Amino acid sequence: MRGFKVLERPLLVQKDERRSKEWLMSAEAISENRARSDFWQGVRLSLPVVVAAAPFGLLFGALAVDNGFSVLEAFLMSAMVFGGASQMVGIELFGQHVAPWLIVLSIFAVNFRHVLYSAGIGRRIAHWPVMQQAAGYFILTDPQFAVAERKAEAGETVGFAWYMGLGLPVYVFWVIESALGAVFGKLIPDTHALGIDFLLPIYFLGLVMSFRKRPLWLPVVVASAAASIIAYKTVGSPWHVSIGAVAGVLLAVILPPHHSGVEARP
Amino acid sequence: MSTTLWIILAGAIATYLTRIGGHLVISRFENIHPRVEAGLNAVPAAVLTTLVAPAALGAGPAEWAALIVAGLVSLRGGLMAMFLAGAAVLVLARQFVG
Repeated sequence: MRGFKVLERPLLVQKDERRSKEWLMSAEAISENRARSDFWQGVRLSLPVVVAAAPFGLLFGALAVDNGFSVLEAFLMSAMVFGGASQMVGIELFGQHVAPWLIVLSIFAVNFRHVLYSAGIGRRIAHWPVMQQAAGYFILTDPQFAVAERKAEAGETVGFAWYMGLGLPVYVFWVIESALGAVFGKLIPDTHALGIDFLLPIYFLGLVMSFRKRPLWLPVVVASAAASIIAYKTVGSPWHVSIGAVAGVLLAVILPPHHSGVEARP
Repeated sequence: MSTTLWIILAGAIATYLTRIGGHLVISRFENIHPRVEAGLNAVPAAVLTTLVAPAALGAGPAEWAALIVAGLVSLRGGLMAMFLAGAAVLVLARQFVG
């Protein structure tokens, strides 16, 4: 992601602060102070993420209400799921009156990438107490993983205070914006003229495009598009989602590994 | 409890499982089969495409223009730039073709 080049500078500042203050304090005060400054260093890194996510938080709230959610439900979904794309998928399917289990399955499918983040970040935070790890995994989003992984790759320790400083502002603002969006979404009179009903497909196209560097991206997209359109015309909604998704994934599984860029490891 | 609340609760649990599951499960295996990994890699594009393709097919010129512009912008810009460009084209085009 862009905008994370800010990483280097605050580190130096922090080191200077430490050096000048260390001789003044007892060991305990130092470690407390260090945790606090680590936290604020994380907060600083969270700012671009908070700004980038803000419109989507508001949009989610407005769309959730448009698709039949109450303000409280929109708020709860953001507070409990905390995954933008999956929440958008969830309310879209909810608006189409898709079976509840299929909505949950779709949320699971969209969020499935976190399994890989989780496996990756696990070795960086394994030194935390278990409850801190449990909290850490709850706020493991795409940018959270990207920024934390960068810090770890630079040879630095990923501490709990820093990690929370990075993740908590994103979480708090996301939940507040969802509620605000839901409240104000109710006040929008003509959602069609503002294009609100078609904003999600545009947003999803953007997400599809963001994966275009992955191996087999084009064949998977073509297979899923064709299968979902055929299923939409024959079997009908909501099954086009599952059928189209399975078609794309199966294609990736069936094609020989050298096409998928995934090598057999010893 | 209403159906909506059940969906939210189950969706939250499913999401938390993906966030903690990779650490709990995948890290125990020495290696993942390449075909399984290829399949996992394909999940986001496959799922998301199904939410765009039928909607695009059933839409009109205003929506098509928005998708094309958004798609082109996404080749260069970030998610936010492409989204704003697409939304702007959509709102503008709908003033003319409804």
